[in-house]
Amino acid sequence: MFAMPVLLVLIVTGMQRDTFDLANKNKLPLLLCNKDTGAASLQFIRAVDTMGLFEVRQIPGTQNEGMIRERLYRKEAFVAVVLPADFSAQVAARTKSLAGKALKSFGLGDSLSGPGVSVSGNPLILYYHPVLQESFRRSAEGTLYSALQLVESRQLLKTLYFSINEKELPDTLENELLSNHERISEIPVSRNDSRKTPSVSQHNVPAWTIFAMFFVVVSLGSGIVREKRSGSFIRLKTMPTSYVVAILSKQVTYLGVTMIQTVLIFAIGVWVFPLVGLPRLDLPDDWSALILVSLLCGWCAVSYAICVGVYSETEEQANGFGVISIVILAAIGGLMIPDFILTEPFRTATKFSPLHWCLDAYYRLFLEGGKLKDVWSNVLSLVLIIAGLQGIALWGLKRKNLI
Amino acid sequence: MFHQLIKNQMDRMSPNQPDRIRPAMQIKDLSFHYPDQPGLFSHFNLQVEVGQRFGLFGPNGAGKTTLMNLMTGLLTTPSGTIRLFGHEMKKHQRRVNKLFGYIPQDFAFYQELSPVENLSFFGAWSGMTGPAIRKRTRELLDILGLVAVRHKKVQQFSGGMKRRVNLAIGVIHQPRLLFLDEPTVGVDVQTRHAIVNYLKQLNENGTTLIYTSHQLTEAEELCDTIALIDEGRIITHEALHSLLSRHRQEGLEALFLELTGKNFRDQSV
Repeated sequence: MFAMPVLLVLIVTGMQRDTFDLANKNKLPLLLCNKDTGAASLQFIRAVDTMGLFEVRQIPGTQNEGMIRERLYRKEAFVAVVLPADFSAQVAARTKSLAGKALKSFGLGDSLSGPGVSVSGNPLILYYHPVLQESFRRSAEGTLYSALQLVESRQLLKTLYFSINEKELPDTLENELLSNHERISEIPVSRNDSRKTPSVSQHNVPAWTIFAMFFVVVSLGSGIVREKRSGSFIRLKTMPTSYVVAILSKQVTYLGVTMIQTVLIFAIGVWVFPLVGLPRLDLPDDWSALILVSLLCGWCAVSYAICVGVYSETEEQANGFGVISIVILAAIGGLMIPDFILTEPFRTATKFSPLHWCLDAYYRLFLEGGKLKDVWSNVLSLVLIIAGLQGIALWGLKRKNLI
Repeated sequence: MFHQLIKNQMDRMSPNQPDRIRPAMQIKDLSFHYPDQPGLFSHFNLQVEVGQRFGLFGPNGAGKTTLMNLMTGLLTTPSGTIRLFGHEMKKHQRRVNKLFGYIPQDFAFYQELSPVENLSFFGAWSGMTGPAIRKRTRELLDILGLVAVRHKKVQQFSGGMKRRVNLAIGVIHQPRLLFLDEPTVGVDVQTRHAIVNYLKQLNENGTTLIYTSHQLTEAEELCDTIALIDEGRIITHEALHSLLSRHRQEGLEALFLELTGKNFRDQSV
């Protein structure tokens, strides 16, 4: 009830941190097979290395496609690039052709076009291991294209300069023209104007805390089934106190459990994360909003567990359905994949997951620096969900003649 | 004026007779059936007087358990009335629940708790105060021989010990009427003897017993009045000794077979 959620948050945050840091610290290995002997291939390799996404591992240019494939199967790397023997020639041809077109458009005549100028063929061949996810593959492709464009731009600039001035482009000017002086100023929007860049902990700790809270279904849901099936329930029914009181007392107890889970996980985020190299969790400024949202998330989880317990006939059913439904609700609720990247039908489906409303409320507090007034709509949604779940549970108890 | 108001209120709450005159349990014109067993009880009547040790018997499928569930409020009565000490079950369920205790055939407690914890929980659930629960717990543990194991988890107990815990929980709130459904099934002779003796003692102190069992020799020892039911109807209902002498039978088992026949009753599922 407490150890596993803490472990979950620690492991998931740690793993997510590695993904977040991929561009900065942890580089993706890239096998580079250079069959070319020209200068453009060396410029390309230097450009790829400078971009920082890859740890470039050069392999002999004599290796063929089968050998490269074997290396990928052995997971020496997940991406491999082959620069063909005519890489530099192809780059030169392409840039010469482009420069010719440019000069013609300037009205300077096309002194560059002529026989022997060809731009056919692919200058790069990219191999990737199928386990590499689409997003990583796209990042890799983007980086390689950028590097290729840089090489081609340099070449184009040199060709144009030489055609116009009939002398080589000076290194200082080349560097000045090609280096990007404009920097993007990144400002995370926040309601409290803190402008603090949200860390992996701010994203993950609230999300997985909600997930842990909802896992109370395993204990509470099966507990209700056990009680229903045991003789103790018959005894309770013949006593002067209503079973509704028993259900309420269970709710209070388990709400307490979820609150202890929350406090424990947040405390670990604040004090233990920095000790294990993870970013410290910054708690929201508005404590009253944090407490209210946490209570509602916990109560929502408990209400869901009660529902599962009331409607399940066996403990196996309660556990199986409870756990799988939580994973599904977490998935469609945006805990595993951010809802903004989902397609419209899935984005609509997120609204039906209680975990979505919990997560949205927490994100407003943890990421946007929101206050109580900023989470009212979430609070209202959660109250309605809780009322709905409680109503469904009570209806189930009545229908089964349990109250 | 004020006294009149209170009197009216009391009259509404407990109509007509004083408690000692009212029957402990009275079923009037009860009709009940399951969807797959039409007409199980039709215009059924039964009365158990205060202080009786009443035994309810019948072959399997006769309707004993259903009747027990109706009398304890586990099943609701669609038509007819069930009154305990004059209070109608349907209308005053909470109040009526305070008046009786129930010892079901299943172990009706939390196996993962100790006898003390179970008694505390169910005592509180019956509306008892903390000191009253503690006092009564000490008494019951002593009477039923559970003092040495009072803090051990019940799941470690033998069947006989569990039966005693089951009994203790059912009487913690000192009910005036006790429903017993096979209270000694699966126990050794010593435990059976102790339980039967304790039940007699409770009855001497004023608790009415309504008992059902297949242990007919135990029933002879415990019950002073019996009702034999079959297919939702009462075959006979009178004092045990007069019933035996009228039918010239020496024991309840022979009488049972005479009145209900020797055919198996539980041949279908």
